[in-house]
This record gives sequence, structure tokens and C-alpha cells, in this order.
Amino acid sequence: MTVVWSFLHKLGSPRWFYRISSQWLPWLSFLAVGLLAWGCTWGLAYAPPDAVQGNSFRIIYIHVPAAFVSLAGYYAMAGAGVVSLVWRIKLADVALRAGAGVGAAMTFCALVTGSIWGKPTWGTWWVWDARITSMLVLLFLYLGVMALYEAFESRETAARACAVLSLVGTVNIPIIYKSVDWWYSLHQPATIRLTGAPTMHPDMFHPLVVTILGFYLLYLVLLLLRMRAEVLEREQKSRWVEDLALGRGLAAEPGG
Amino acid sequence: MSAGTGPAWLEIARRDLLIAFRRRAEAANPLVFLLIVAALFPLGVGPAPQELSRIAPGVVWVAALLASLLSTDMLFRSDFDDGSLEQIVRSPSPLYATALAKMAVHWLVSGCPISLVSPVVAGLLYLPAAAMPALLFSMLLGTVTLSLVGGIGAALTVGLRKGGLLLSLLILPLYVPVLVFGSAAVDAAAHGLPWHSELAILGGFALLAVTLAPLAAAAALRINLDS
Repeated sequence: MTVVWSFLHKLGSPRWFYRISSQWLPWLSFLAVGLLAWGCTWGLAYAPPDAVQGNSFRIIYIHVPAAFVSLAGYYAMAGAGVVSLVWRIKLADVALRAGAGVGAAMTFCALVTGSIWGKPTWGTWWVWDARITSMLVLLFLYLGVMALYEAFESRETAARACAVLSLVGTVNIPIIYKSVDWWYSLHQPATIRLTGAPTMHPDMFHPLVVTILGFYLLYLVLLLLRMRAEVLEREQKSRWVEDLALGRGLAAEPGG
Repeated sequence: MSAGTGPAWLEIARRDLLIAFRRRAEAANPLVFLLIVAALFPLGVGPAPQELSRIAPGVVWVAALLASLLSTDMLFRSDFDDGSLEQIVRSPSPLYATALAKMAVHWLVSGCPISLVSPVVAGLLYLPAAAMPALLFSMLLGTVTLSLVGGIGAALTVGLRKGGLLLSLLILPLYVPVLVFGSAAVDAAAHGLPWHSELAILGGFALLAVTLAPLAAAAALRINLDS
């Protein structure tokens, strides 16, 4: 337990976070770019074309990972919200806000790639498909959190209100997904099918796993970058930020 | 107001009902709104009865959703403005119960009348008579969830000056399941299909909302009043 508490205690220090994330970021960025480059090259150039959709299916290597990460990102954001509500850790507030922005961007990316994929497959830019509609609602949920945060003047109140909202969202997301699924099966137009085959061939699937991992790491990198920017902004009056800005570097914390 | 004798939540419910009764004209606003929104659809879509009766379930439900949302903004606002909300939050009686009581009164003065009027509005849109019971019952159950979920949004935005538009941004995505199952129940009844399973699911939503929404609303009220 003491290890956990000391970790939580350290997490409360923006300066510690800034220092440790400086060490992690190069590695994480390298891994993220590497995995994405590997997965995309494999998926775009070497995976076999789809029997029905030909080459247009290859956008799956961007679309599906973005959709995965956007959904997981909401739960990560709500997790930060719980930490913020229970332990009042400022860094969790920062993570909540950063997570909302990055998550909304990922959701938007999934929607746009889905729309681009829809054009050759279904002949239209937009289809009221169950998964697309759920993604759209998810985007609205993210935008709601972002709008609520901006509406408050006090950062602390904003973060705690957003934490409550994102928790309400986590209870609702499974219900929304199920009801949209059900709504779609009720209204499903006969001409549309999402994929040619029910399961993917391993040759197509393996690159997808690589890009999904790459997207998770990309999410982490973007999250850390946004968090670092906000930490600097929040702590702009403190000594260590001043030192950093004047190029004196970031010394280890006294006693840390 | 007579001196309180019962538990706090009961007194607050009684007071809110009394206030709503004294402002009877205000209670009519959501109903007029519902009627106007429903009347806009024939003007926009055209007067063809087949077309209108096909979209009637969805239109009535969307209009009811908006009407309920419109009245939600005032759920905690007037109490916040005159300071009584602070007393309620600081009082030793559980905030869960008082929040639930306020939401219940909100349903009684907005959701319930909206549900009762909705068959008339649906009649204007040529919804088949066979679907009317489904509409009435799905509305009665669905608006419970709307009032409760809307109450969370109202509690979150109570301290904000321009809460109205933000509230709709926060809450409308959360209304999606109620809209889906509510209009599906009416749609099924209009086609002569059984609609009880949809109603049961709406009941499930209402139970879940009764259990959890006051918790979230209470937390949101505390956050807004602590700052």
C-alpha cells in the first residue's frame, strides 16, 4: 500500500510529472511511430485485398484503431474523473481535460475515416449505421464534457463537474450502444452490409493488431503532450517553470 | 408556507408543488411548445397524411424530448438564485432524497402533462388510434427518465449564468436510449405489433435513473455550491 500511496503522492506533484514524462515521451513517441509505420506499411502494401471491397477496405487500419481508442479514451477520462473526485489530485483534473480533447479528436478521426470508407463501399458519405451513429453520439458526449469544462471559471469546479458528467456518460455508453444497435436492427436497410466476410483472414488481422497498439501509444503520447502543456500553463508562476523557460533545466525535486 | 412537520424531502416536494401551482401559466409553456413543434412538421414536410402518420411516432417523441428539456433548466435555478438551494445542500437531511423529490415534482408538472397531451398532438399528425395507448404509456414511463437525467444536467449547470444551451448539449445525447425505445414502442403499436417489451425496457431505464440520477445530481449540486 505504501508504494501506491507514495506513487499517488508523487502524481500530485506537477513538477514530478513534467520531469518523468520528459523521460518517457521520446520512448513512447518512438514506439508509437514505429508501430504505426510498421502496421500501416504491412496493412497498406502487403495484406491481401478484400474479396468484395478490393483495396478500399485498407482504411480499416486507421478507422478501427481510432474507434477503439476513442471508446477506451472515454473510460480513461472517466477514470481520471474518479481519481479527481476521490483524491482531489490536480494532475487527474489535467488528465481529464486533456483526455476529453484527445478523445474527441480520435472520435472525429474514426467518423471521418468511416465516412470516407462509406463512399466506395456504400456509395454515400454518410449512412445511419449502428456503429457510426454510436460514434456520433460518443462525439457529442465528448463535446459536452469539453463545453462544460470551458463554461466554468474555476478550474477545480470545472474538473469536478466534468468528472460527474463523464461518470454519468460511462453508465450511459453501454445503454446507448445497445439501444442504437437495436434501433439499427429494427430499421436496417436491406442493401447495406458492413463487411464482405464475417471474420477477417489472419493476414489482414495481424497488421490491424499492430496499428491498434500503435494508436493506443499515439493516444498516450498526445495525452501526455497536452497534459504537459496544461501543467506548464497552470504552474506558470512557479519557480521550476521559470527555470525551465530561462533554460536552466529541470532539477530533481528536493527530497524527491 | 405552513411550518414543516414531515421529512425534508416531503416538505420540499410540497413547497415545489405549491410554487408550481401558483405559477400555473408557466406550466403550460412546455405543452404549447410541444404543440408548436409538432405543428411545424406538417408545414415543413407537407400535409400528406401517409407521410405524417409514418413519421408521427418519432416527431412526437422528439418534440416531447425538447419540451421536457426546456423546462429542465429551471429545476434548480430559482432555488439557486434565491439561496434556498444552499440551505438544502447544507441541511443534514440526505441530499439524495431532496434531489429525487425535486425531480419527481418536475416530472409531475412537466413530464406527466406532456405525456397526457401527447396523444392529442399525435392525433394532429394522423397517428393511428391503435398506437395511442402505446404512446401514452411509453411517454409516462419515458419522461420519468427524461426528468431524472435532465436533473443531472440542471444540477451540473446550476451555477452557470448561461446554462440553457449548454444543458441541451450535455443532456440530449443521454436521451438517445429513451427516444429509441419510446418511438419504437409507438411504431410497433402503429403496425399492430406487440409493444410491451419496449415498455418494459423503458421501465428499466426509469428504475436505473431513479436509483442513480439523484446520486449524480446531488454530487453535482455539492460541487456547484462548494465553489
